[in-house]
Amino acid sequence: MAASDTLAAADRAAPDHGTRRRRRGGDATYWLYLVPGTVLFVLVIGGPLLFTGYLSLTRWSGVGDPTFVGLENYQRLWTDEVFWTSFRNTLAMIVAMVVAPTVVGLVLAALLFDTIGRRFRPRTAAALRAAFYLPQVLPVVVAGIVWGWILRPDGALNGALDAIGLGALRHDWLGDPDTALPAVMGVMIWVQIGYPVVVFMAALQRVDPELYEAAELDGAGWWHRFRAITLPQIRPETFVVALTCTIAAMKVFGPIYALTRGGPENATNVPSYFAYFTFFKKLQVGYGSAISTVLTLIIVVVALLFIRAQSRAERRDGGL
Amino acid sequence: MSVTATPTGTPVTAPPPGRPARARDRHHRGAGRWIVLAVVTVGALLMLVPFAFMLLNAFKPPGQYSTEGPLSWPSEFYTEGLRAYWTQVDFPLKLWNSTLIAGSVAVLAVVVSLLNAYALGIGRVRGRLWIVGLFLLANMLPQESLVYPLYYFAKEVGLYNTRLVVIIIFTVIQSAFGTYLLASVLGTFPRGLLEAAALDGAGTWTVLWRVVLPNVRPTLAVLLVFFFIWTWNEFLIPLVMLIDNQTQTIPVALASLQGDRLMDAPTTNAGALISLVPAIVFFLIFQRTLSRGITVGAEK
Repeated sequence: MAASDTLAAADRAAPDHGTRRRRRGGDATYWLYLVPGTVLFVLVIGGPLLFTGYLSLTRWSGVGDPTFVGLENYQRLWTDEVFWTSFRNTLAMIVAMVVAPTVVGLVLAALLFDTIGRRFRPRTAAALRAAFYLPQVLPVVVAGIVWGWILRPDGALNGALDAIGLGALRHDWLGDPDTALPAVMGVMIWVQIGYPVVVFMAALQRVDPELYEAAELDGAGWWHRFRAITLPQIRPETFVVALTCTIAAMKVFGPIYALTRGGPENATNVPSYFAYFTFFKKLQVGYGSAISTVLTLIIVVVALLFIRAQSRAERRDGGL
Repeated sequence: MSVTATPTGTPVTAPPPGRPARARDRHHRGAGRWIVLAVVTVGALLMLVPFAFMLLNAFKPPGQYSTEGPLSWPSEFYTEGLRAYWTQVDFPLKLWNSTLIAGSVAVLAVVVSLLNAYALGIGRVRGRLWIVGLFLLANMLPQESLVYPLYYFAKEVGLYNTRLVVIIIFTVIQSAFGTYLLASVLGTFPRGLLEAAALDGAGTWTVLWRVVLPNVRPTLAVLLVFFFIWTWNEFLIPLVMLIDNQTQTIPVALASLQGDRLMDAPTTNAGALISLVPAIVFFLIFQRTLSRGITVGAEK
């Protein structure tokens, strides 16, 4: 994931190809290099994607022939309580995996870079950054399993509450429909926070330090410098982080599987777990395909909206 | 963690910048920076608490865990949990499966990405913007929209429950991202080098291996490490495709043991701890590769 900042940088660096003179040799030989990639792409992505789209119009248990039923699965989705719950929970995942980490990440990166990195040794900032990043290297399912154990009725969180005299707050955090979603959100913030911190700190490296010094000489406080320099300077990275995290939040599966399997009473169900469960536990392939197709369409639309907003912002900057 | 940390001593609702504010800023800066350091350090330590819990309980006897709770200091160095996990899961085999799958995917996906990106970024074939856009979209797809047909086809052709099918699938998924990234990197490749090689009579194949490859090696190294780590951490498709002990990867094996009555607290924690070790090793390699990639890029 962290490659996306490289990607954005590479993208910005790419010149307009259209005006360049075409090299001798022409197109023909280069097409050959696309052959292996295209064959694999059609087999693994293109074909299955279209097939899922077709299956969403059928009733099928995975054996025998699918029965074509038109839009029946989509009509059923529209009235399915679980479907709406799962998409509402996606919003909660976006808060936990995009909004909170980006906001906290911006402030943390600015504090680490601007205050701790400059007023203490840079090594101190690097060590602190590593602590925030550590959960990101953990396989996300392993993180889910460890947290699942911490949040168990006899787990470490309740043990810690007892130890500090707050035993009255003991709770079955993941077993109670009222606390399960906030608990999962907390875990996701913990998992996610390191990514924006690392990307934003890398982005701040390319901001001219003289900007900060000049602002400080003018008497601008930390908050003013943050708003006037840090935020506008690293806006491209903020876009990339927000886009990649939003897509990750809409696709989240592993942590839900490891923590709650969507329960209790669907309180933490999300579209990808809902689709998985429908495919492989309920064996309703057509209905599962409809859920997946809706999720895919929403993701594509969100991605296109993001990209449009980004190019608009860039154009506006260019006009200044 | 709210902004109320008031860094450098200036209140969040900063007064309009002027002389008095500056004077106070100077005056308070000494204390302010220590407050910032303390707050950020406490935040960093909180991030590490789950790892501390894991360590503390991985080597604690289960009896002590149930009587004295998760915060007590282990009365003895109990390794039975680790041993139980190691043998039940056959950890060396799982480690090999994960390494084989992630390693093969990393190498193959880099090769496929390079071939695609060569045609798109250097060959500039017609319609390349659409093709690159397609790869970018493919990279964003939820795997749920592919998983059932892949599962069904894999069963039909006898590749279900093999490591090979997982390798093929992730080679394609990762190379979708790799193609997108490399195509924009190669789009900025110095044309002079290509033209000089063409004047010497080099064909496109020779140019790829003798001119392009040596120049983008640092980027390829970074991609290799990313592909490795991403594939290592993948869950849904391995969960669906790999159903027995011989083929499963570490995350799938760990998740399928979850809820098992044999998984007491020390076994769960020891299992998570040992599954974390390879990830940390890659993290260290990854940091070195990444910084090397960045420096090489800067020298040019």
